[in-house]
Amino acid sequence: MLEVKDLKVYFRTREGNVHAVDGVSFHVDEGESLGIVGESGSGKSVTSLSIMRLLQIPPAQIMDGSSIVFQDAELVDMEESEMRKIRGRQIAMIFQDPMTSLNPVLTVERQLIEPLQLHLGLSRGEAHNRARELLEAVGIPDAERRLRSYPHQFSGGMRQRVMIAIAIAANPKLLIADEPTTALDVTVQAQILELINRLRRDLGTSVMLITHDLGVVAGMTDRIIVMYAGKIAETASTDELFANPRHPYTLGLLSAVPRLDEERPTELQTIPGSPPDQLHPIEGCPFQPRCPFVLPQCKQYPPARKIAGNHVAYCWVDVTDPEEQKRAMQRGFIPLTEIGRSYLAQS
Amino acid sequence: MRRYVIRRLIQAVVMLFVMSIGLFLLIHAMPGGPDAVLFSPRMTAATRANLRHQYGLDQPLIQQYLSWLKSVLTGNLGFSFASGQPVAAEIGARIPATLELFAVSLSFALVVAILLGVISAVRQYSLTDYSVTVLSYFGIAMPVFFFALIMQEIFGVKLGWLPTCCRTSADTTGFTAFENFQDAVIHLIMPAVVLSFLFIAGWSRYLRSSMLDVVKQDYIRTAKAKGLASRSVFFGHALRNALIPLLTQVAIDVGAVFGGAVITETIFAWPGLGKLFYNSLQARDYPVLLSMLLLGAASVIVFNLLADVLYAVIDPRIRYS
Ligand SMILES: Nc1ncnc2c1ncn2[C@@H]1O[C@H](COP(=O)(O)OP(=O)(O)OP(=O)(O)O)[C@@H](O)[C@H]1O
Ligand SMILES: [Mg+2]
Repeated sequence: MLEVKDLKVYFRTREGNVHAVDGVSFHVDEGESLGIVGESGSGKSVTSLSIMRLLQIPPAQIMDGSSIVFQDAELVDMEESEMRKIRGRQIAMIFQDPMTSLNPVLTVERQLIEPLQLHLGLSRGEAHNRARELLEAVGIPDAERRLRSYPHQFSGGMRQRVMIAIAIAANPKLLIADEPTTALDVTVQAQILELINRLRRDLGTSVMLITHDLGVVAGMTDRIIVMYAGKIAETASTDELFANPRHPYTLGLLSAVPRLDEERPTELQTIPGSPPDQLHPIEGCPFQPRCPFVLPQCKQYPPARKIAGNHVAYCWVDVTDPEEQKRAMQRGFIPLTEIGRSYLAQS
Repeated sequence: MRRYVIRRLIQAVVMLFVMSIGLFLLIHAMPGGPDAVLFSPRMTAATRANLRHQYGLDQPLIQQYLSWLKSVLTGNLGFSFASGQPVAAEIGARIPATLELFAVSLSFALVVAILLGVISAVRQYSLTDYSVTVLSYFGIAMPVFFFALIMQEIFGVKLGWLPTCCRTSADTTGFTAFENFQDAVIHLIMPAVVLSFLFIAGWSRYLRSSMLDVVKQDYIRTAKAKGLASRSVFFGHALRNALIPLLTQVAIDVGAVFGGAVITETIFAWPGLGKLFYNSLQARDYPVLLSMLLLGAASVIVFNLLADVLYAVIDPRIRYS
């Protein structure tokens, strides 16, 4: 349904080109849920905003050869007027910060009926009723009254529910959720994820769930893409990725997930080293300066290593090789325990 | 909200009181204050003492202030030195002309400023934006009197399209109602445009920058993500947010519009408060000056109060308690 091919998005800045997204390809099938995971700055938001064509151009530039095909239509060079019929109607988006994503001076009703009138051509009265149903559907009690409220009268979690209601208003085919829970409390996070999951089942919408936290996508998505420095590091089905991670960066992310099963709060492991400088991308694999498995050939970009089915890792090293692991452990690599991994997979 | 307004009202009254003391002292301290105006050097000492007594100038300053305050509070603003008429009547007679000029030029200024502000923000760094910017700096830098004189020269003298003086023609006998209206409009155009220029430049700059600020906000991205056309995004989502700070500025400026009015009205011989002020200043008609300064101070305070209340009304996030 959505097919992204060799997407390259650079930002022209005074110091030079920032390679925000650097040759990313993936697809989302009908009704499927895809997770995109990566550290801050890995290009997740830029990827999703490119699909929506909401990037400011310039400074952003979608490079030649990039292709985003949605339902047989190329989005990269689509007319703006055509694109507007896709935004909100076919592809809808939820953003990270519910505190700033709603217009503070307009009522929730006004913001909610906009897509209903725009895309479904509902009358004022029909839109009002539909808006109330939508609020109820996303679990906001007392919907009739809440329609007249302003965003500041809602809590963060409730605002994100409103955002979700707006996003699903016109029954889109694809819902892009860009870190929808990052700004929320842990308990509220779970509720919002559960809501997205339920709506996906009920409405048959495809979901692209973007997060920097592997713990969030576990149990939520069918497949996962791990991004690093604007490139795909590894992609696999969710179960496979947790059970059999093959990229050193994925291994690093997995050990960065806080383990709730351990009694003492473990010191949260972060991946050592500094995030990549996309202004001056290095030759070869972008992860090599931080990689405990690094080899001389990493100076060249690795070919796709097919693991199984749709499981692909872009790495020269076979991280399951005991010899390689021993070498990596001398550089501070800590292998994941079986318990930790199985916990992650089922959480 | 009500408590907030009441609290602000009390503050305003106190401010006004303090300002009345300040203005009173200022007028009395002016070189050539009331004494110098009233008395010609040839007056005999007896006449002088008599006059001083008549105007209450022989009393201690505090006494003078208190009796002035008392009469002001009862609506008696004293008598003009120049005309001998009650100050209240002098001022009252000028109010309609000034209101007419203000209402028209400020509404005009607001509409034009909003249009220019939105256009230059939407087309940031375009030719339109640069033109508006250059014009605004002209508007900000150009003295009002100079602009007024240029307008008069072009449209009044050279082209002969518009009258350069007064609120109506000198002789309106035999005019029908429509002709009277037409006459009034023709006379109003130039002074109104000149006065509005004072504000258009500043307000459109102000709106431009607050628009540019607003369009970077996340909720604008949300509006675009809904598939709204740019027009709806700008007018439906961005403008309302950008107007909030502008309207506060407008209310404050309107309270302080007086300065611009004095010059404009004087140049166009517009029979309003500004002209009265100018005449009184020339004649050192101090009861009138004092009352008008007080009126000016009151309008600044009232409009500042209005600005804050307005702010609370249009921005749902603000709830004063
Ligand atoms: N307007 C811009 N100008 C220059 N560089 C930009 C701009 N927007 C984003 N970038 C760069 O693009 C890269 C990718 O940014 P992106 O927002 O996609 O990251 P992300 O994966 O979404 O991170 P986060 O978890 O912080 O949201 C970053 O290196 C960022 O600095
Ligand atoms: Mg992001």
